[in-house]
Amino acid sequence: MLIKSNSQGFVHPIPSEITPLAAYQSRRNMIRLMASGAAGAALASWAGREALAQAWAPPGKHTALAAIKSATPGALTMEKVTDYKDASSYNNFYEFGTDKADPAQYAQALPTSPWQVEIEGLVKKPGRYALEDLLKLSAQEERIYRLRCVEGWSMVIPWLGYSLSALIRKVEPLGSAKYVEFVTLADPKTMPGVRSRVLDWPYVEGLRLDEAMHPLTLLAFGMYGEVLPKQSGAPLRLVVPWKYGFKSGKSIVKIRFTDKQPQTAWNKAAASEYGFYSNVNPAVDHPRWSQATERRIGEDGLFAKKRKTLLFNGYEAQVGQLYAGMDLKKFF
Amino acid sequence: MAIVVPTQRWAAAVNALCLHPWSKPLLFGLMLLPLCVLVGAAVFDQLGANPAQALVRSTGDWTLRALCLVLALTPLRVGLQLPALARWRRMLGLFVFFYASLHLLCYSWLDMGFELGDIARDIPKRPFILVGFAAFVLLCALALTSPHRVVRMMGGKHWRRLHQLVYAVAGLALLHFFWMRAGKNDVAEVWVYTAILGYLLGWRLVRAAKYMRKRPLAL
Repeated sequence: MLIKSNSQGFVHPIPSEITPLAAYQSRRNMIRLMASGAAGAALASWAGREALAQAWAPPGKHTALAAIKSATPGALTMEKVTDYKDASSYNNFYEFGTDKADPAQYAQALPTSPWQVEIEGLVKKPGRYALEDLLKLSAQEERIYRLRCVEGWSMVIPWLGYSLSALIRKVEPLGSAKYVEFVTLADPKTMPGVRSRVLDWPYVEGLRLDEAMHPLTLLAFGMYGEVLPKQSGAPLRLVVPWKYGFKSGKSIVKIRFTDKQPQTAWNKAAASEYGFYSNVNPAVDHPRWSQATERRIGEDGLFAKKRKTLLFNGYEAQVGQLYAGMDLKKFF
Repeated sequence: MAIVVPTQRWAAAVNALCLHPWSKPLLFGLMLLPLCVLVGAAVFDQLGANPAQALVRSTGDWTLRALCLVLALTPLRVGLQLPALARWRRMLGLFVFFYASLHLLCYSWLDMGFELGDIARDIPKRPFILVGFAAFVLLCALALTSPHRVVRMMGGKHWRRLHQLVYAVAGLALLHFFWMRAGKNDVAEVWVYTAILGYLLGWRLVRAAKYMRKRPLAL
């Protein structure tokens, strides 16, 4: 008997049936964990995985931003996502004040549309890029990154955006370009913190070009399924997950390609405390405190023990080769 | 003269209030209020995203505030002619010690998880912790010598000399606070406390200078 099907012998899985790379990898990790005898603990977290994935349903505060799950290795940690309430109310954005509650309180006056990003320096295609064009430049991906603040606390945040490398390739840096400098907005009219002398405004951060080109370096437009809240760096910011949080500039207005290491804001303010690299590194203490541990915000209440901080914030497998042979104590 | 009389009448009334048997329990309750508010906030999860840090910081803030209060007593007592304020000095001083102890407890427990080894390594490594710890050690000496019996045993002169360490405590506490904030250039609040404590200390220096001028042979 001839069994008829409409596939005519060409049965291909539709894309949605293919196991995403991240899920495949996490299953491989799961098997490795079982083999190493950590099955009990791992099973518990595995069972809770679906629940965790639901734990950050879009908060419904801002415009939704559609995105696909990222396939970049290391881009989707399975750790429990920080509550949106904490992630959007406890942050540093000194342009709005030095208290953690200041950004959420004062950033709402910031106009984020229209917005342009100026690309300049050692590139073939400098110019002004409108936010709308940048949003469409590449597919928006969801990435769940650990975020480690230099002050010793950490969060897990689902960002939306794409690898900064997509933009860098589009503007075609010249061979002489070695560094990328990010300048963020400094508007004394809408940013009360800019009137203070806490830092030398505007806030400038920088990366080596190869760091900026790393697939994990994210140009983020959203978080928790929606466009960025203003206190978190709307309309676009950088996220460099293996570096301390302050390396990731918020509300970027200018990206400049240079052949010299940029003078960054925190490095200028206190060179002995905030180096250019600022890679998360438990072995290199801040001059005034240890970086060996961190407090995960929102984890297990007041008496939760601190976590051990991981080298490169746990992204060593992905980014370790960028620093091969470098003395990380010297280039901190 | 017409101006002085109502001030004195007002001062006499306030002085009488300070002497009221209920004034001490009332002050005690007031000084416990910050702790109650903090505990309440902790229980009802109102301390923000980083409750441990909020507790460490606010107990530190209240230590400094209590220190400002206790050092303000003498200038207020002399300036407003309210001798009864002296009754509050010991209690307020002990509240400085109380909030400093809570501050140290919050740091040791919430920040360091009672890992004594880590704490022992942390104290010399971080100058601002070292300075804060030194201030606490001095406060312990003042608290231990606060009972009447100890004052009698020591004799007033020695006791007074020991308790002048409170100025060292104030200086160390300010340095501790300053270093904590300095890295982020966020020292506006530190200057507020420095101004208050500086004024209170300056007032004493001016008074001591006048006293010396009047009785140069006394010392």
